[in-house]
Amino acid sequence: MADDTGKFSVGGLHHPGIPNRRQFFQLGAGAAAGWTLSGSAFAQTERPGIPPDKPRGQVIAALSQEPTVFHPLMPGIEVDQGVWWQVFSPLWFIDPDGKFVPDLASEVPTVENGGLSADGLTWKIKLRKDVKWHDGTAFTADDVKFSLDLINNPDFRVRNRVGHSLVKDITVVAPDEIHWRMEAPYSPYMSILSLTFIVPKHILEKVSDPNSSPFHNAPVGTGPFRWGERVPGDHILLNAHTGYHGKGPYVERVVFKYIPDLTVLYTQFRTGQVDYTGLQGILPNFVQEAKTLKGRKIFVSSTSSVEHIAPNLEFGPFADRTVREALYLAINKQAIIDALNYGLPTQTESFVPQQAWSFQQGLPQHKYDPTRANALLDAAGWARGSSGVREKGGVKLEFTNSTTAGNAVREQTQQLLIQDWRAIGASMRVNNMPAAVIWGDFWQQSKFNSVIVGVNFMLGSDPDVTPRFGSGAIPAKGGRGYNTYQYQSAEADRLLAQGARQFDIAQRKTTYGDLQKLIRNDLAILPLFQGFIAEGVKEGLQGFRPNINTSTNCWNMREWYWA
Amino acid sequence: MARYVLNRLAQAVILLVIVSAIGFALLHLAPGGPLSQFAASAQMTQEDLDRVSKQLGLDRPLPIQYLDWFGRMLKGDWGKSYRDGEAVLSVISSHLGATLELMTTATIIAVLLGCWIGILGALRRYSLFDSLATVGAMIALSIPTFWFGLVTIYVFSVTLGWLPAGNRETVGDGSFLDLLHHLIAPAMVLALVETAMWGRFMRSSMLEVINQDYIRTARAKGMPEWRILTVHALRNALLPMITVAGLQFPTLLGGALVAETVFTWPGMGRLFLDSIGYRDYPVVMGILMFSATMVLIGSLMADILYAVVDPRIRVS
Repeated sequence: MADDTGKFSVGGLHHPGIPNRRQFFQLGAGAAAGWTLSGSAFAQTERPGIPPDKPRGQVIAALSQEPTVFHPLMPGIEVDQGVWWQVFSPLWFIDPDGKFVPDLASEVPTVENGGLSADGLTWKIKLRKDVKWHDGTAFTADDVKFSLDLINNPDFRVRNRVGHSLVKDITVVAPDEIHWRMEAPYSPYMSILSLTFIVPKHILEKVSDPNSSPFHNAPVGTGPFRWGERVPGDHILLNAHTGYHGKGPYVERVVFKYIPDLTVLYTQFRTGQVDYTGLQGILPNFVQEAKTLKGRKIFVSSTSSVEHIAPNLEFGPFADRTVREALYLAINKQAIIDALNYGLPTQTESFVPQQAWSFQQGLPQHKYDPTRANALLDAAGWARGSSGVREKGGVKLEFTNSTTAGNAVREQTQQLLIQDWRAIGASMRVNNMPAAVIWGDFWQQSKFNSVIVGVNFMLGSDPDVTPRFGSGAIPAKGGRGYNTYQYQSAEADRLLAQGARQFDIAQRKTTYGDLQKLIRNDLAILPLFQGFIAEGVKEGLQGFRPNINTSTNCWNMREWYWA
Repeated sequence: MARYVLNRLAQAVILLVIVSAIGFALLHLAPGGPLSQFAASAQMTQEDLDRVSKQLGLDRPLPIQYLDWFGRMLKGDWGKSYRDGEAVLSVISSHLGATLELMTTATIIAVLLGCWIGILGALRRYSLFDSLATVGAMIALSIPTFWFGLVTIYVFSVTLGWLPAGNRETVGDGSFLDLLHHLIAPAMVLALVETAMWGRFMRSSMLEVINQDYIRTARAKGMPEWRILTVHALRNALLPMITVAGLQFPTLLGGALVAETVFTWPGMGRLFLDSIGYRDYPVVMGILMFSATMVLIGSLMADILYAVVDPRIRVS
């Protein structure tokens, strides 16, 4: 078993292999998003028990979407990641406190330990020697090289190559050491690697088609749980990997149960058929009741996702910043948070989660002020027509707003927005679509007027938002990225380029702070609140630790156990 | 008869081709696509999406895609799911058992209960029982399956704790009793509408038969009532039920779609919904073709069976 890597210590106790905050300031290796755990158990808190000597019992984790992608480098969604975290391992991961913690690597590379060159171009990774794949084969640097090569293989259906495409001259120095060179300094790569799982060379090098092989549906990893069985449409069973190199696992089995309807999912949690409600958690309208359930603990924790109104900045009235400001002033955000989301989320002004090291404090706070909104529009020449809708230069202040059909909370939000904006002479019409439609070309190619969407802007825990706000990242204009807002700003481009080159965390904090101010000032997005998830855990189940730096809070099931 | 069957089979093949072409076109022409799920969450750029789209062959003209799919399907290759890379036939067969289990149980309940209610209603026409059965059937046909399913869960699982709130089995158990325990609620919910339908059809059919001259003659001859019912009336009244049974598959599949969602039953209905949601074209097409084939076979079997059991019918 590996040693507990621990947290930043007050007394400056040094944990081998873990860079402390000072080291980050000195060399910065891309930084992790430190955050204060906002998960709060509403039920009575239990006295933490002691993990058992050997795995005992099982955990049934309910998911509202079915995990179907088990190759961790291929296109997948959050629920797939829940499985990847159990079966595979990254070189290092980011814990809830925002620290990089070595996993397959024996230490996180820094300038001090010689893992990183001062210019950020040379990476030297030392690996653990005691890691075994689930089939008993030893894990080596060849597996890391194979994984990085596979990502860059043009025939492979990889999720994305952000950061990885810069990796050149990979050299396996020893079974437990690998070096490579970066084509250009790219500080977010440290964070990207924390979410990149390593796959087995000895299995995948033999397959004729990297996109389809038995491995894809019976994966072999180095993670705490081995693949057991999958009953499509029902559940996935994973068994404890007793030869795991890290802490745990403490349960014999993990069952991911697919329950598509969130009401049914909550009911099964309530009746005790499931032990943990994973993605998408408990619906806000059930949270109050869930808190009163005996033998259940409820955690409400922040996520990195920011719920916002995405304006298409190339669409008529939205091109005018005054209009965006007036619309923003006219939104009764508190009503959306309190009435529709039961007061669970936190209001925000930034695209960066408030728990992250890069979060900029003191951004201008939104104020619900329809009077000022009306005055702004009057002054800007947006005059009310006979229908009550404002116009300027032949352009009417009317637009559509879209979101995923069937998302009740967002649909109710739209109704509030219609009322709020009608009061300032703006006419909004609803144009909702199923998920498979709205997030296709409609979103990708900026064919919308405005959209209500929750987006995680972070690259892992890194605030590099070049693909989101960079001028060269507008898909509708042939760009590479997902700047569907069509936001263009020379100053933003400058800050983004600067931030990606910087390795000093203090400098990066300043750079991304300036960027947040700029985005807030330009109102490239109209932020509503920071995302949240309410999750339920059966009493007696220990080890659950929400982690804003991962896409799923069941990232550490290896540490879960029954007290 | 043989010629009739061959003719019907030829028609069925033509129909299947038409269904496949229309289904394929509608599915692909609908906005959105299988990669949309990644656009919002997986941080894939348009370039990434285009690359994957090309690797999946989705960038080709639609007729080419259709001909390619159709040609491979004729060879037994129904393609692979975009979601998990499994062969479509394997995906369908892995869900088929659960649906058949649910549908068969629901059908058995519906036939037995529905026929009994229908026969009794016909024999005691306008009685209190008949009136209650009629009102009950109207309510059953009007109740949304989804709502009834949730009410069933609330009453029998949450409040009384008698039945599990869903799932096909307890993971790790899977005994016959466990399976049966899990089957009761979804089968009852799915059987509700079916029972009402069978009851109404059976009542009408029975009423028609017991008013026939030969029944009156049998009674005049002093034949015992139970014998009149079982030997003369019931056998003839059941004939139209063959047609009803033959056309039940689509209705059952529709009901299963909802029941499987509410009760987290890993069957074809839910697979179809999920696949539509994800735009998993190969699986949706596979289910479409499988269902269409089942409907055509059901209809053909009903016609043939009708001719076999009723000598007055001559197929040509």
